[in-house]
Amino acid sequence: MYPRQFDYVAPSSLDEALAALDANPGAKVLAGGMSLLPMMKMRLLSPDMVVDIGRIGGLGDITDNGDSISIGALVTHSEVAASGLVQDHGAALATAASWTGDRQVRNRGTCCGSMVHADVAADQPVAALALGATMVAASSGGTREIAAADFFVDTLMSALEPGEILTEMRIPKVGAGTGSAYDKLGRRGGHTDYAVAGVAASVTRSNGSVSAATVAVTGVGSRPVLAAGVADALVGSDGSDAAVEAAAAHATAGIDVLEDLYGSVAYKTHLAQVFTARAVKAALAAAG
Amino acid sequence: MKVSMSVNGRQVSGEAEPRTLLVHFLRENLGLTGTHVGCESSYCGACTISLDGQAVLSCTMLAAQADGADITTVEGLARNGELHPVQEGFWERHGLQCGFCTPGMIMSAVTLLEENDNPSEEEIRRGIEGNLCRCTGYHNIVRAIEYAGAKMRGEEPAPAEWENA
Repeated sequence: MYPRQFDYVAPSSLDEALAALDANPGAKVLAGGMSLLPMMKMRLLSPDMVVDIGRIGGLGDITDNGDSISIGALVTHSEVAASGLVQDHGAALATAASWTGDRQVRNRGTCCGSMVHADVAADQPVAALALGATMVAASSGGTREIAAADFFVDTLMSALEPGEILTEMRIPKVGAGTGSAYDKLGRRGGHTDYAVAGVAASVTRSNGSVSAATVAVTGVGSRPVLAAGVADALVGSDGSDAAVEAAAAHATAGIDVLEDLYGSVAYKTHLAQVFTARAVKAALAAAG
Repeated sequence: MKVSMSVNGRQVSGEAEPRTLLVHFLRENLGLTGTHVGCESSYCGACTISLDGQAVLSCTMLAAQADGADITTVEGLARNGELHPVQEGFWERHGLQCGFCTPGMIMSAVTLLEENDNPSEEEIRRGIEGNLCRCTGYHNIVRAIEYAGAKMRGEEPAPAEWENA
């Protein structure tokens, strides 16, 4: 399986890459290639030009900004999963990265690439939603920040405009009392493969009750999406198992659950509730 | 376009189209047909090679992306006619039947043991999660990797299960 022919450039600077995108409206950005290249091989995508950002310096680091951490565009799933900074401030993302694809895919595929690809059943976008991540998009006109909550527009569609490159994703650092977790059922069972249903949760406890909660669901609808009803039910509760299970009943409230090869609407709704309860309980345990 | 890389310790270069996949560059330009083309859709792992020390899928990577990289394929493992411990393990513990998945399975195992030369059975099974084998049921592959790990640690491998029967 070969992709259709295309022109290829591998610029060494971000400015050159952005200029190449401006000059070639049909161009696609290549980082790890774990989503783009299979789509090109299956001829679902046939860009005129591929702009390989893999040789641009400064995009491959996880950095501590003081109040947030940045994950550069070229940071791989393996690197996210192994990062102490990510484990400390965004355990849901570290777990989601460790369950993305398989070992070979994690060694090449990038966290930011997974965001931009915006697969309906990907693991890491819901972690970004739950953690309140910010996407930093560069274009020749400058940079703009997009909240994760505004980033996942629809199936395989992010808020990134043509001519923009997602250069980093920022996650706010968290202190004591806040914890996050991700749990899912994979298509091949356990945690393997895309999520039939997966849930990321971030919670904060203070004075014996849940003071903040963000929960997001993947695999069940047309996009990774916040489960606002769960968060609303959790905040102010005592975080007991009974309270969590009552809140989890709202997992798909307001979400148009879609049937696919992996499950019916009823099954996916059930899974979303089960994994919401599991992820929230794990996040509460991590919050201490 | 011209691409250059180190393959099995040898500096090589050749002409490739931008769309040439690394696995085809290895097989067709360099004649290294040990790396297999299996599913071509990033599931089976038959095309696994070591790229700068990491297991990657050579069918889901452009040759151009590997320009300047340090690559090891299954052909680069044996030294002076001596099998690599992982190759020896697959031989000694019957880690293959048809052999189609074997080059990728071996490269996954080699990179796994380079990262951790004493993996648990669970770590071995997780380490080869990206490699599908339709013959063996994986049992003897796990034993082969355990054998190789012991050899690489300088220990005597556990006897084969059939020797205890």
